[in-house]
Amino acid sequence: MLHLEKRCISAYVENQIGVLAKISGLFAGKNYNLDTLTVGETEDPTMSRMTIELTCDDLTYEQIIKQLNRSVEVIKVIDFTDMAITKKELLFIKVNSCKEADKQEIFRIAETFDLQVIDYNRKSVLVQCVKTVSKNNDMIALFNDMFVNRIEVVRGGSVAIEALSTADK
Amino acid sequence: MISGAAYVVKALQEEGVEYLFNYPGAATIDIMDELYKQDMVKVILPRHEQALAHAADGYARSTGKVGVCMVTSGPGATNLVTGIATAYADSVPLVCLTGQVDLSLMGNDAFQEVDTVGIVRNICKYAITVRDRKDLGRILKEAFYIARTGRPGPVVVDIPKNIQKTMGSDAYPTEVNIRGYKPNETVHVGQIKKACSIIAKAKRPLFLLGGGVSISGANVLMTELVDRTGIPVVTTLMGKGAISSRHPLYLGNVGIHGGYAPNVALTDCDVMISIGTRFNDRITGKLSTFAQNTKIIHIDVDAASISKNIKVDIPIVADAKLAIEKLLEYLEPQDLKDWPSQLQELKEKEPVTQSYIEGLTPERVIQYINDHYEKPIVATDVGQNQLWTTQFLEVEGNQQLLTSGGLGTMGYGFPAALGAQMGNPKARVFAICGDGGVQMNIQEFATAMHYKLPVTLIVLNNGFLGNVRQWQQLFYDKHYACTNLLMDESAMVTRESIDNGEFDYVPNFVQLAEAYGAQGIRVTKIDELEGAFKKADQFKKGPTLIECIIPTELNVMPMVPAGKSLSDMILKDKK
Repeated sequence: MLHLEKRCISAYVENQIGVLAKISGLFAGKNYNLDTLTVGETEDPTMSRMTIELTCDDLTYEQIIKQLNRSVEVIKVIDFTDMAITKKELLFIKVNSCKEADKQEIFRIAETFDLQVIDYNRKSVLVQCVKTVSKNNDMIALFNDMFVNRIEVVRGGSVAIEALSTADK
Repeated sequence: MISGAAYVVKALQEEGVEYLFNYPGAATIDIMDELYKQDMVKVILPRHEQALAHAADGYARSTGKVGVCMVTSGPGATNLVTGIATAYADSVPLVCLTGQVDLSLMGNDAFQEVDTVGIVRNICKYAITVRDRKDLGRILKEAFYIARTGRPGPVVVDIPKNIQKTMGSDAYPTEVNIRGYKPNETVHVGQIKKACSIIAKAKRPLFLLGGGVSISGANVLMTELVDRTGIPVVTTLMGKGAISSRHPLYLGNVGIHGGYAPNVALTDCDVMISIGTRFNDRITGKLSTFAQNTKIIHIDVDAASISKNIKVDIPIVADAKLAIEKLLEYLEPQDLKDWPSQLQELKEKEPVTQSYIEGLTPERVIQYINDHYEKPIVATDVGQNQLWTTQFLEVEGNQQLLTSGGLGTMGYGFPAALGAQMGNPKARVFAICGDGGVQMNIQEFATAMHYKLPVTLIVLNNGFLGNVRQWQQLFYDKHYACTNLLMDESAMVTRESIDNGEFDYVPNFVQLAEAYGAQGIRVTKIDELEGAFKKADQFKKGPTLIECIIPTELNVMPMVPAGKSLSDMILKDKK
């Protein structure tokens, strides 16, 4: 009955101890489903900016925005729903137990999909991928398929900002 | 240059704090020493931190001022938690100062260390640890501001011991500027006009008033608005007193223990103007059938309370008082034909009453208060005692009925009444409790004696944890699991056993009151009530306990069973 949709919010928060706990605690305590949350200091060191991705229905989404707004620690909430944004996620894929042919394959994939090989040694290759979350999912699926049980994945969660001339959505 | 401890006391003085509800401990001893050297802020010592928080809460609700608590770190703070959550659920302004171990020891599992802010973060309006002496003034100033403005609520300031000892400036800030907190101080006139045009066209409009009307002190204006428009009024449990419960257009409380007429009104109205309520599940019953064909106008100071449970047609984010002032500008007298009189007839036909039951009943006890005291302050505990009180007590305005409506905290009533008596020394203050809840903070007899608080504590004793027992009786085949408090767990209090003087309960409340030096009176018959209340009126050196023995199987009626619609209500107890 409820229509679930992926959403993205940006929030300026006080750069203080406990604020991340406050926001993640709000989501956990109120049973909101959080997909990714990234946070880092902004151009103003007293403020941090959070990018929050979540999946929920319209009514819950309205509540989440309101609950964020009423938190004293939250300075400003930007709802990205109807905005053009640039949104990327940093993804590392490490492929282990590589033979020479595997390495060549990885370099070929990197070239095809515009990924960066940023490190390697005799046995392993580390690939960096900066794309949208859904494209990163595709890359992980591809590597999983080609290098079964040999990959290690670390992903950073989305960061998003209002777009200028070109947007990711 | 003054110490952090001296600065805290200075801040309390600057904020005009009259009473500090304080329980001592190692992590606040420096502040207590500074309090000892002054007499502007009076320090009250309750006997348990939970009771302390409820006393500050009762003080705050009954005066409209900020209640101020101070406890030590660790167990002092954890004991305060229930009181903080209680105040948060009912939007009560508290500032809670908690001692903390030295910053350098935090995280080391030091003696009496807990992560206080981590524990209370989700049950208060704002919580912060002071990490730098130079921030102390700003944080305290902000704490009082956040607690009392917007939708009020408790604020916790955790102060490590080393901050209390650090010397720093004695200047107290004069202004507050919090970039993430700007309470709404205006009303959107466009929304008000839209609301008014809908109200003007309504055939069956209804005011649903919640606790927000009383918190904003809009009771007089609200009464004026009701008088002007002729629109009938129902209230939530927290909203009782929004207008006088004796007002001819007042129908009663709605919700799962509301009256028949108010719930019918809620179901049948075509336009609902709800002010200062969050449509809690106790009000709506089954959500999908609630007010299906009704246009809802919702006024609340907290945007997050609007459209949280019920989708509304006209949301208005504003303080109740400001919004009501605006409604008064635009609303005219309305011709509602026989809608108000129909509801009044319904109220008379199906009254909320226990008059069909013989002998001493909660209604008769509360009726005595209605008939003999002008504007008393009444605090309730939680359970049947609370529901009966909110059903039968006549309430004239705000700051008069104190009850834990949101969280439903047992043990609230007695300490809240003590706090209310401190804040209102001339008022007649009652606590109405059950035999279960009163034992959760019974130690406060000592506090009441110590400060000579002439509160009358009425214990409606039915030998059981009555509200749960009522559910067990009606929906769990009378499996009275864990609800019997009588000595003999197979026994029950009946009219017959009361008349025969068979009542084996532990403790003996009358003797317990006397052990504290208080007055204790047991009442089993209607004609003993007057004598008991008169004795209570005359006893000034401390509280009087009036224990009213009532039958176990006396239920709170009407009621809407869990998960059912308001129209499925059970009206009367089976005989």
